[in-house]
Amino acid sequence: MKETVKPRGKPLSGEEMKQVCHVVARPQVKYAWAVGVAMSHFLAGLKQGKILGRTCVQCERILVPPRMFCERCYRTTDEWVELPGTGVIETFSISYIDTDANRIKEPIFVGVLAFDGAPPHSGIMHYFGEVSQDAIHIGMPVEPVWKPGGERVGAITDIKYFRPREGARPSSNSKRRKRG
Amino acid sequence: MNLGKIHKDVAVVGAGMTLFSRRLQETGKEMSWQAAQMALDQAGLTLDDIDAVIMGSAPDAFDGVHKKGDWLIDGAGGVNKPYMRVYTGGGTAVFAPIAGWWHVASGMFERVLVVCEEKMSSCQPHAQSAFAHIWDPILDRPLKPNLVWIFAMEMQRYMHTYNVRYEDIALVAVKNKRNAVGHPCAQLADPDITLEDVINSEPMALPVRRLDISPPSDGAAALVLVSEDTAYELTNEPVWMDGVGWCIDSTMWTNRDLAFPKFVARAARMAYEMAGIKNPREEIDIAEPYDPFDYKELQHLEALGLADPGEAAIMTREGKTQRDGELPVCPSGGLLGVGNPIAATLGIKVGELFWQLSGQAGARQVPGDPAVGVAQAWGDLMQFSSVIVMRRRP
Repeated sequence: MKETVKPRGKPLSGEEMKQVCHVVARPQVKYAWAVGVAMSHFLAGLKQGKILGRTCVQCERILVPPRMFCERCYRTTDEWVELPGTGVIETFSISYIDTDANRIKEPIFVGVLAFDGAPPHSGIMHYFGEVSQDAIHIGMPVEPVWKPGGERVGAITDIKYFRPREGARPSSNSKRRKRG
Repeated sequence: MNLGKIHKDVAVVGAGMTLFSRRLQETGKEMSWQAAQMALDQAGLTLDDIDAVIMGSAPDAFDGVHKKGDWLIDGAGGVNKPYMRVYTGGGTAVFAPIAGWWHVASGMFERVLVVCEEKMSSCQPHAQSAFAHIWDPILDRPLKPNLVWIFAMEMQRYMHTYNVRYEDIALVAVKNKRNAVGHPCAQLADPDITLEDVINSEPMALPVRRLDISPPSDGAAALVLVSEDTAYELTNEPVWMDGVGWCIDSTMWTNRDLAFPKFVARAARMAYEMAGIKNPREEIDIAEPYDPFDYKELQHLEALGLADPGEAAIMTREGKTQRDGELPVCPSGGLLGVGNPIAATLGIKVGELFWQLSGQAGARQVPGDPAVGVAQAWGDLMQFSSVIVMRRRP
């Protein structure tokens, strides 16, 4: 007999999933990524407690994270510059979940900061610390908290987190743009 | 771009989709087959009539099977035919039909089957573990990120820049989950959901709460595309793909302002130009922007030129984006209400416009005989967008 209703799929509960046939596997694949020309230099800088960027004289950006070519101008970047390391919070989140979506009790602060001494949006993602949920805001001046020199390995985690920078004047980024 | 070189107009003449569900018993191949069968049936065709097949599916990592397009080919109906898989992350849902479009528009193929599939439940304990592999391995992964972070950061920047209230954003989740009530495939339809439910749902990565997010799903959807030469032999109500556009920005996402997605606006401009749309606010009757998170619907409406920056939230508060409003937005119920099997959201974006514009949307039908719609999807590392303008001809 011909089916009159077309099958659209059969939902399974977690319990049913345990009963029906399924196969479990865990792929075993490992990688060693060469970090590349630009990032090798950048990570070596972190180990020395420095934030390094690459200039592009054509679009007048300082590229952080640095790269050896500018993807917009499609030309070789020009030179290495050291930035002061301070910056402002561009955006942030207060996260109650870990990388596998498991819940965590004490929320962590993450976000994007833009480095001082460079054009807008020259920045990276990182953690924020020593700040309360009520105090953290876009435009907040921040500074890096480095691991002690002996513990640094040349990784983004050589910076533990960025914390509020006392006594800094709020950047113009902190002004809320009014809707026109 | 040379619009004069397009050889054939392209119409959708059939669509199908499976249930969207947290976990389906069917495999990716089985779901693909079900959706493709429905689309072929609606078009009154069999696989023998199909000249080429496009498969859309997102990361291989969900399935743990590499080169997933080849693996899914049997279910997609691609065996012994010209076949290709396309993948632009979440943007696949609207990009796969664009790939189908150029196969037909070029004049090379008369009838093309587009099948999109996603089976996210295979990845244990949660598809999030696979998402972790889209981040930059050197700078981002050592921070142990969760993909929700990126949305939370973007949403925060959007709210700050345009002075948008969280309460107005949460209304999008309420609207879409209610709209999904009329959808036979919906996973999270809720006729009783309130603004308070969303505001009080558990925090994930603030400002994002659980009900601001669409769920991971299993599901598949399919379309049949044909050229102007045979569309009216198959149906009296073909729906035309009159404009297509796509655009991608750099993966260096910390180097751009997250408040406004310029790459979406560029993709929209391309699609509007091709479709001859001069004033989208006047000319578009229905919008199906990508809504994996509630604020994304607003940001995408603004980038699609259907609202000024920050204005989409006000339109939502004023009810203008309801099914019976001035500009119905996500009348399908969207990803927030129907579910988010990444590539398979084809069925609630382009599929929904096909059903709406041909008057087949049933309980979800937008009143007033809509004739022009825009569908949009968004993906990769929040850098890609695809846009299609669809029209019913008088």
